[in-house]
Amino acid sequence: MERVESRGTVTIDRERCKGCELCIPACPPRVLAMSSDVNGMGFRVPELYPGCTGCGACLLVCPDFVFEVFAFDAPVVHEGTS
Amino acid sequence: MEGSEAIAEAAVLAGCRFFAGYPMTPFTEVLEGFASKLPAVGGTCINAESEIEAVGMAWGAVATGARAATGSTGQGLSLMQESLSEITRAELPLVVFNMARGQADYYQATRGGGHGDYRHIVLAPMDIGEAVALTQTAFDLAFRWRNPVLVYGDYLLAHTCEAVAIEPLPFDPLPETDWAVDGRLGGSGRSRLLNSIGMQKGRGEIDPERFWKRIQAKHDEIARREVRFDSDHLEDAELVVVAFGSAARFVRYAVGQLRERGARVGWLRPITLWPFCSDAVARAAEGAAQLAVYELNAGQMIDDVRLAVLGRAPVTAIGGISTDTSGFGVGSLLDADVVMRRIEALLERGPEASPDREA
Amino acid sequence: MTRDRILDTATPPEAPSRRVGPRKPDLLLGDSHHLCPGCGEPLAVRALLESIEAVAARQAAIGVVGIGCYTTFSGSMDVDLVQALHGRAPSVATGVKRMRPESLVFTLQGDGDMVNEGLQEVIHTAARGEGVTCVLLNNGVFGETGGHMTATTALGQRTKNTLEGRDAGYHGYPILIGDLLAQLEGTAFAARTSVHDAAGVARTRRMLTRAFEVQQQGQGFSFVEVLTMCPTGWFVPTAEGPQYMDEVLGRVHVTGVLKDPSARA
Repeated sequence: MERVESRGTVTIDRERCKGCELCIPACPPRVLAMSSDVNGMGFRVPELYPGCTGCGACLLVCPDFVFEVFAFDAPVVHEGTS
Repeated sequence: MEGSEAIAEAAVLAGCRFFAGYPMTPFTEVLEGFASKLPAVGGTCINAESEIEAVGMAWGAVATGARAATGSTGQGLSLMQESLSEITRAELPLVVFNMARGQADYYQATRGGGHGDYRHIVLAPMDIGEAVALTQTAFDLAFRWRNPVLVYGDYLLAHTCEAVAIEPLPFDPLPETDWAVDGRLGGSGRSRLLNSIGMQKGRGEIDPERFWKRIQAKHDEIARREVRFDSDHLEDAELVVVAFGSAARFVRYAVGQLRERGARVGWLRPITLWPFCSDAVARAAEGAAQLAVYELNAGQMIDDVRLAVLGRAPVTAIGGISTDTSGFGVGSLLDADVVMRRIEALLERGPEASPDREA
Repeated sequence: MTRDRILDTATPPEAPSRRVGPRKPDLLLGDSHHLCPGCGEPLAVRALLESIEAVAARQAAIGVVGIGCYTTFSGSMDVDLVQALHGRAPSVATGVKRMRPESLVFTLQGDGDMVNEGLQEVIHTAARGEGVTCVLLNNGVFGETGGHMTATTALGQRTKNTLEGRDAGYHGYPILIGDLLAQLEGTAFAARTSVHDAAGVARTRRMLTRAFEVQQQGQGFSFVEVLTMCPTGWFVPTAEGPQYMDEVLGRVHVTGVLKDPSARA
């Protein structure tokens, strides 16, 4: 079983996102990917996968101030599925 | 004291602490006057690199609530028109001096050469003594109404020397300048936004129509309350001569001379070119058989006279384009004998045969 | 790295944690703006507002805003502002600073505003060494009016009236305003940054902070040029904005510190 640690996490304001995708390559551990569904404005939005480091790069590059970033006191472990 | 210097001195006395301008004849000496007087009172005078930059700097200075002014001659004011229009609708109390090359900037001053609906209060002093008083009044009116005030002078006013006492005039208390930017409301949610279309902090929607209509209402109020004019010998006048600024000095003298010879002639002098003394002109037209306008241009103020008269009496232009060989200064029509002859010719001809314009 | 578990991002985490940075700058009112997806200007405005806080000027800052897409932020930047005309902010800022020398006075202008309409104003303000900070948002287009070429449009850059790319023979050459201003004696500090990636955004904030410090120390005119993405004006998908900026605009308007007071004799 794969085991991934996240040292941080984010909240994403889905309805404010304009789907510009600038956060995707900005994330150093590459744990953001665009959704397949869309928000109320018709934009695809970023989704978070395990492995966030809480670095805040997504927050820095988002033109619509969609992200809040949190750094965990202790790493959170995600048990993977096969 | 030369007129230019007297004006600068009066402005400093009125609390002016910022001036920016660009040299241009016959305005340059006003700039020099401010440059020499402002530093001594802790003020700032900048030789701007263009007229557009001069009005911009004055805009910034007045935005802080300071008593600030700029100026030029007509050509330089032409460059400033966009900014003057915006400054008016941002409700900033800027004072502007036009040391005009004659009287042909009447349209520019009263209609405004900029875009949109806006009005400046325009004060037209006749001599240096009046210029000293009206310069102080200009700052008071500007802050009282949060509206630019233009002082319309000319070459003669700027470059003549007269003995003049520069005394401070008393004024009523003014409202607080809490609209002015000082940085202190930063982060409060109520920080200021000085602008000309009704933008408001924290509000996405703008309603320029409502904003501009409120300013229009303010201008209507100014028009009701701030008309200034002077007149004499109107009671039994057959002919009333209307003139402003330097030309009015000559008309006043000429009419005085003609009165002594028994001619029934009077004069009326708008002091505020805007708001124009339409009611006074209309009353004069009811009493007199005809009106004449003595202005040194192709006919500009005569429009306002005709609008006020509304056809009740004939209105004849007896002035005309007049300047010297430089194009800056005093031409042959600024001559008491010429004025008298033209008035007499009109009196002799009578209202029925009154031509539209004196050749 | 597993890709088979999407995490909850709707609510803050339950596990003990600390917030990393505010979601949006404290000095920004309101929650949204109507600028295009992928626009770089909000990133520059964020850096600007955070820099004002970094130099403790929250209640001393007075801004003069030009005319462009960014003008929308006049209503939401919570500092005292004067709205200026296209190109005219530097002279208005001069008047403000002369009357209130203790204030932190800045302009916020686009390239069409500063380098087209207002070229003379910013050059004279810099030459005089006025103690203001002029901030340029440079995307090489007139964004608000539909994306036409400006004086900073790079050769080869696509805009509405240079669809084949700006051509020197037909359209002339761009003006590298940061470099031009750096040559003037009155300019104490000049820098060019970009917001095309996280490092660039962080560098932008540092350069703005440095510029404000130069002003506060009374050293003269300071200038920060921020290259911003305009995928709409460049006719590229939003995700390609950063790369286009780096390869087209950034090759001509090169980022870096162009002048620093320590370099003066």
